[in-house]
Amino acid sequence: MKDRYANRKYLIMALVLVAALILIARLFYIQIIDKTYRVSAANNALRPVMQYPARGLIYDRNGELIVYNQAAYDLLVIPIQTSAFDTSRFNEILGISMDDFRERMKGAVSYSRRTPSVFMKMISSETYALLQEEMYRFPGFYVQARTLRKYTRPVAAHLLGYVGEVDNKLLARDRYYRSGDYIGVSGIEKSYEEELRGTKGVNIFLVDVHNNIKGSYADGRYDTIAIPGTNLWSTIDISLQEYGEKLMQNKTGSIVVIEPATGEILTLVTSPSYDPNLLVGRIRSENFSLLQADTVKPLFDRALMASYPPGSTFKIMNGLIGLQENVIHPSSLFSCSNGYHAGSLTVGCHTHNSPLDLQEAVAQSCNAWFCNAFRNILENQRYGSVQDAFDQWREYLVAFGFGNKLGIDLPNELPGFIPTRSYYDRYYGKDRWKALTIISLAIGQGEIGATPLQMANMAAIIANRGSFYIPHVVKRVGDNGSPSPLYMQKYITGISPENFEPVIEGMEGAVNGGSGSTARGARLDSIIICGKTGTAQNPHGKDHSIFVAFAPRENPQIAIAVYVENAGFGSTFAAPIASLMIEEYLTGQVRRKYLEDYVLKTVITPDAKEQ
Amino acid sequence: MQKSSNILGRIDWVTVMLWLAMMIMGWLNIYAAVYNEQHTSIFDLSQRYGKQLLWIGAAIVLAVFVLVTDNKFYFFFAWVFYGFFLFLLLMVLIIGKEINGAKAWFEIGSFSLQPSEFAKFATGLALASFLNMQRQSSGLRVMVPATAIIMAPAVLIALQPDMGSVITYFAFFVVLYREGMSIWVFVSVIMAVLLFLLSLILGNLPVAIGLVVMAAIALLVTSGYRLTLKASVIMAVTGGIAFFTGHYLLDLDTAVIITLAVVLGGIVYAWYIYRLRLRGPAIVYVFLLGGLLYLLTVDYVFHNVIQPHQQTRINIMLGIEDDPFGEGYNLNQSLISIGSGGVTGKGYLNGTQTKFKFVPEQSTDFIFCTVGEEWGFIGSVVVIGLFVWLLLRLLMLAERQRTTFVRAYGYGVFGLILVHFFINIGMTIGVVPVIGIPLPFFSYGGSSLWGFTLLLFVFLRLDAGRTDYLG
Ligand SMILES: [Zn+2]
Repeated sequence: MKDRYANRKYLIMALVLVAALILIARLFYIQIIDKTYRVSAANNALRPVMQYPARGLIYDRNGELIVYNQAAYDLLVIPIQTSAFDTSRFNEILGISMDDFRERMKGAVSYSRRTPSVFMKMISSETYALLQEEMYRFPGFYVQARTLRKYTRPVAAHLLGYVGEVDNKLLARDRYYRSGDYIGVSGIEKSYEEELRGTKGVNIFLVDVHNNIKGSYADGRYDTIAIPGTNLWSTIDISLQEYGEKLMQNKTGSIVVIEPATGEILTLVTSPSYDPNLLVGRIRSENFSLLQADTVKPLFDRALMASYPPGSTFKIMNGLIGLQENVIHPSSLFSCSNGYHAGSLTVGCHTHNSPLDLQEAVAQSCNAWFCNAFRNILENQRYGSVQDAFDQWREYLVAFGFGNKLGIDLPNELPGFIPTRSYYDRYYGKDRWKALTIISLAIGQGEIGATPLQMANMAAIIANRGSFYIPHVVKRVGDNGSPSPLYMQKYITGISPENFEPVIEGMEGAVNGGSGSTARGARLDSIIICGKTGTAQNPHGKDHSIFVAFAPRENPQIAIAVYVENAGFGSTFAAPIASLMIEEYLTGQVRRKYLEDYVLKTVITPDAKEQ
Repeated sequence: MQKSSNILGRIDWVTVMLWLAMMIMGWLNIYAAVYNEQHTSIFDLSQRYGKQLLWIGAAIVLAVFVLVTDNKFYFFFAWVFYGFFLFLLLMVLIIGKEINGAKAWFEIGSFSLQPSEFAKFATGLALASFLNMQRQSSGLRVMVPATAIIMAPAVLIALQPDMGSVITYFAFFVVLYREGMSIWVFVSVIMAVLLFLLSLILGNLPVAIGLVVMAAIALLVTSGYRLTLKASVIMAVTGGIAFFTGHYLLDLDTAVIITLAVVLGGIVYAWYIYRLRLRGPAIVYVFLLGGLLYLLTVDYVFHNVIQPHQQTRINIMLGIEDDPFGEGYNLNQSLISIGSGGVTGKGYLNGTQTKFKFVPEQSTDFIFCTVGEEWGFIGSVVVIGLFVWLLLRLLMLAERQRTTFVRAYGYGVFGLILVHFFINIGMTIGVVPVIGIPLPFFSYGGSSLWGFTLLLFVFLRLDAGRTDYLG
């Protein structure tokens, strides 16, 4: 074949030469003509100093400052730039021994002679002031300003989270961070890291052999300014949070409080907890290991991660679903003879009047009533099979936020568990299960798990008569900001508002009703609280006490879920704690000192369950 | 086949020597880039220079292996290679490991491989094989499938996403140009890129006016002043009409009005051109109208289709927005280190700026910073000189082939090395935007070194066997 295009090689050859000439011309300019890049004398060194921005502050919902910054200083050294100096004076200022000095110097040298490394982390402002005056005597050393987190009250550790050094995995992934930088590791510090951190800056200085900064390199042309982080306004009421943590002292469990109208979380208590100041600065890693080794697991965030069977509180759900599906009626009567009996199956119940209607069944927490209701839901003729009816039942629960992460603006939330049709198919064989096979779901036991956050959200949905906003802990990003649009969207659950009234009637009865009502310990004279007790079966020891509630009945201001592990029936501890929280929040002070003392004095440690 | 015994006598030793020299210089600079007195052993395998030495050894083994294989192997298995690497590029999207935001790596034990570095080799072979099969070498029936062969792997790599590697695939258009792709395709592409950049930097209106002025000049050069005068009068009249209706009655954007005027003018003008069979003015007109329509499309797409964060990225790349810790920061640090090198450099291992590790990716994409700082202008020119020598040598080798297959493959190798060389060094000194691609044979990393070694030595092997072919 004749090569018609052979001449094109000349143009291609020219391309190579043009490319090379462009590069050489540009190099000639920046390396020879342009003097701005030049470091004048050989004994001058460039010293890039990172400008760390102050991290954003965090306020509570009433504008009280809860997290702020305190200045701290890292002393850095570039070994190759050091020369003989008065080490004894140096050590005196820093308060270290000669051995310590040698040790630190060796560490710095073994890291690198030419690059800066931290000689001493987080020296105090006083030491810094002393050092700064005599800095000229210590060539090769310089100070870099950092900030440390400080907390105004020793509470809300899990919620706020902590800040730590970036790990190598992240360094490889995200180019913003450099070794030694701080990053939010948990809580709000992690989920709002990008807003809180601000933007680092760099100043490049020229330094002479005497450790004097001779000015900015290239007139500061390559310097960048640090931009401070954005402040956050949390939805938390820090006083209520503190009160909640106080009530939960010496107990294991969690309190979640939500403002129903907005989905704003007022309180997020997990117990046992720790003082957030423990995980700051030089003491952080040591304290972290101590907390990690602690058998009561203070680092575990029960409010978002612990999944418990909801127990009797779940009867509310089955009542609502039954009403919506039209398979029960508020006036439906079911009898109870100390339990529910079907063939060889028995679900026990306590002794009470019989038969009961829906409102009484909620107030007195009758197991038999809800077994009947649950059976009606699953054996609904409208659906072809129990399995199809089960799918529909599950759909309601998912709409309430069960079985999935709700999407709170905190890391580590867990989804809980609502079994699926295929889960039971695997367990019993395809379609080889009936309503009675899974009857324990009627009373919130069995293969079902919900987090305290999900239960509080359920209380909020009931308070709202069927709708909710995703619970969240930050209401404003920036001084005049707004929450993420994610948290301004209203969700509808598919249960009609009128179906809530009979259930709410029952919840009011549970707290304020006559004999047989299960939660009279939560009663408050001035405000109508609607609530439901529950007991989560615990295969490892004494059962967990649960209480969900909202108040007041009309125009509710607060929705709450309380879990106290190993405390037995829901009425014993969870209900009084919820009642105190509601009183504190709605009236501003607790008058029932006897009840408060009763709660505060009680000690329930996980170890106690063995006895 | 029996001739492979005297392969040593027939391979191009100049290229082999250049290859060796570049690898050694690259390794010395990697050593300098991560240099630390406490790890002075250059064979320390925990350090990057130690590993690079290992990879250079493996590259030499690979080169020998390629040289002893039969040259027909690459000819007959070109499509198998191509299919295999397309498959790997697909797999890496599914089971690959993400590093720096791109799902581009296979992880085998403690070891990571980047299939896109090897896919270039397979693409070069397949493209060469395809062009070799054609009876005539230009025309759409050849160039459209050839472009598809190039773009298929590029699209898969764009999904990772690794835009740097995607850009290098444009190197294969050098092959198509050499094999007869119409010069107008290149003119159009270059114009499209220029218009895109100019309209983003300057805005629509100046570019639209510039296009009209350039069209007038082109008309003047190709067809003389009388015709230009006539065209200008037509344009002035239609322009007046378009401006009156567009501006006063419809409130349109001025760039849109100009386009309307050109369309209107074209309707009058078309009849005139058709009657007189004027080829030059017709081409000028088509380019003018095409350019204006393209300009409006770019503007619309950029502001209405592309997401805001993508706009920011493009803007940063073009230097329109400055992000202190993004691309702009890297470039500044890189400029300081190279600029401070001066004429002779600070001397080997004496670079100060680079030692602060303020230049990111110092041993991989920004290896040229070490060259610039420690060896100065002289060292930089030597490195550029080596690349020019290698590139011209490859051109010479490609041109002495008797088959389209080997020539086209050779041009592919040449194009890839040229593009990497120019973009990589160019980005460290601010001639091109920062695009993360390695400097061939210099940058730290096994995948890139082996990928280029494979490319180069397959070509050397084919070149050594050029007299075996029957044609
Ligand atoms: Zn009962």
